[in-house]
Amino acid sequence: MSGVLEATLRSRRDSGGKCLVPYLTGGLGPDWLDTVHAVAAAGADAIEIGVPFSDPGMDGPTIQEANDIALEAGVTPQSILDSLRGADIGVPTAVMTYGNIAYRMGWERFASMLVDSGVSGCILPDIPLEEVGPWAEAADGAGVETVMLAAPTAPDERLPRICRRSHGFVYAVGLLGITGVRAELAASAKIIAGRLKNVTDKPVLVGVGVGTPAQAVEVSTVADGVVVGSAVVQRMLDRAGPEGVGELVAEFRAALDGP
Amino acid sequence: MGDPEQGRFGEFGGMFVPETLVPACQQLDAAFREAWIDPAFRAELTDLLNNYAGRPSALTECSNLSEELGCRVLLKREDLNHTGSHKINNVLGQALLARRMGKTSLVAETGAGQHGVATATAAALFDMDCVVYMGAVDIERQKLNVFRMQLLGTEVRSAESGSRTLKDAVNEAMRHWVAVVETTHYCLGSVMGPHPYPWMVREFHRVIGDEARQQCAAVLDGGIPDVVAACVGGGSNAAGIFAGFADSDARLVGVEPAGGAAVGRAVPGIVHGSHSYLMQDEWGQVLEAESISAGLDYPGIGPEHAHLAATGRADYIPVTDAEVVDAFQLLSRTEGIIPALESAHVIAWLSKARHELKGQTVLVNLSGRGDKDVAQMMDILK
Ligand SMILES: Cc1ncc(COP(=O)(O)O)c(C=O)c1O
Repeated sequence: MSGVLEATLRSRRDSGGKCLVPYLTGGLGPDWLDTVHAVAAAGADAIEIGVPFSDPGMDGPTIQEANDIALEAGVTPQSILDSLRGADIGVPTAVMTYGNIAYRMGWERFASMLVDSGVSGCILPDIPLEEVGPWAEAADGAGVETVMLAAPTAPDERLPRICRRSHGFVYAVGLLGITGVRAELAASAKIIAGRLKNVTDKPVLVGVGVGTPAQAVEVSTVADGVVVGSAVVQRMLDRAGPEGVGELVAEFRAALDGP
Repeated sequence: MGDPEQGRFGEFGGMFVPETLVPACQQLDAAFREAWIDPAFRAELTDLLNNYAGRPSALTECSNLSEELGCRVLLKREDLNHTGSHKINNVLGQALLARRMGKTSLVAETGAGQHGVATATAAALFDMDCVVYMGAVDIERQKLNVFRMQLLGTEVRSAESGSRTLKDAVNEAMRHWVAVVETTHYCLGSVMGPHPYPWMVREFHRVIGDEARQQCAAVLDGGIPDVVAACVGGGSNAAGIFAGFADSDARLVGVEPAGGAAVGRAVPGIVHGSHSYLMQDEWGQVLEAESISAGLDYPGIGPEHAHLAATGRADYIPVTDAEVVDAFQLLSRTEGIIPALESAHVIAWLSKARHELKGQTVLVNLSGRGDKDVAQMMDILK
């Protein structure tokens, strides 16, 4: 299966560039959709839209807070997808949420709702290889690209299986831990990126713990690009507005594009 | 369909964890599998259970309560264990296993603080570092146990997110574990979470049911009780006592708090590592449970209980906080046994169902003692 998310990232990589995929929490603030457009205009190759979940086990304080604010404002998976439908963002999108949001709606219904809303990919960080079967069947059937995560703790034999099952890109978890900006890039980030690059031709993007343009550049000496989450969401929480968030994304873009 | 040893209880169970934790769960599965058939491991655990925790726990015939209710009540006295509840059975097993895997630290969640105290106790005994997450609301209502953990050398961290109770303590403990998974064992306190926990924790508590089966046979002329009943939060004390009677004709009853009746609502969901019943809204957002008892204040339930409910092998019945307050006093007054608020749920059901239970013999798992709840009850009864 190949889709527009993977095609877009491959084409960036194959033309010698690095991929930039910002993450932002869907429904965070009344102007969040404007922020999506601003992020696209600032040079994102694709955008991850977080669908808030009450118990985000993989997320640190920044994204937890964003989730809570959005949920308190009454945001639902449906309202986020409704907003995305026909929004004409100009770059591919992937939804990131937790398994129960998709399971509650029904795997097949959730997959077809993503397609209806123009969403290309889906990331469910609490659905590992061992449990992905029912979702993968629904997603493959509907044409949704399921992005799988690969963590530093994985033994070698596991990585090719993850890469085979992953579509869109392979999400390399940069460190042992939850989402959040760190002062330094963890040593594990380049190592897991390198291990994955050895076993797959799919784009390998590092996320979790990539919070500054310098860190993005450093890890992209090995990886094909980055997912930047908490840094972007923190800007939204700081009420920087679409323009301010766009500026941050433009800084990442400029750094990755180099001189 | 559904092999507990493979993490499946009918359609329920599984290993729904972030990729980072999958290898740790698989390592734990392999280590437990190997240890559980190793006579040396079993001997060491049995020695600890007997000579440190004080097993076997007594079976107490409750003549006064029986007279009052019209059914024959036998109590399996897990309240008499060291640290005051059944939780120590599981913790000693997991701590031994952690050491066997070369882990040097423990992390745990706790609701009422009983599992936290048991984990802190094992950490002291085995000289391991220990961090326990506890919801801010529970820290307030179970202060005594917070101090006990600190006295034992454990760091208690407040979970400030969400409902600030057990559910959120589990979230924080899992987030903590992701970052230190190579050196730290997550000592999960109930039959919930990802495989192998629901299966492993049940096996560590099976001793309750195995002992009770023999003890019942001795007082019932080789027979079995008509009913075996236990309270269910995550469901570990219930799973332990049910395990001894799964193959018998005894009716199995789990008693849930009305404000945390995950089985009663019977909506399947995925959280904290497993597919089971889960209190949630129409979009899959997890709801906050509400119970007088911190140990049962949880919106989920272990996957084995979802399976036992779905197949009709066990019944799950809710009782209200007010009924529990009455039951707490009833057992204290009639038998001179002050139960944990969690365990008082079962007495509340007996009292409520006394007509239906008339003439029957009921084995109750008295999962813990009420010392920790006395301050809270003083406020309520004032
Ligand atoms: C005395 C006692 N009983 C029961 C429970 C509930 O746990 P479980 O349902 O796993 O037995 C607790 C939990 O804190 C407890 O302290």
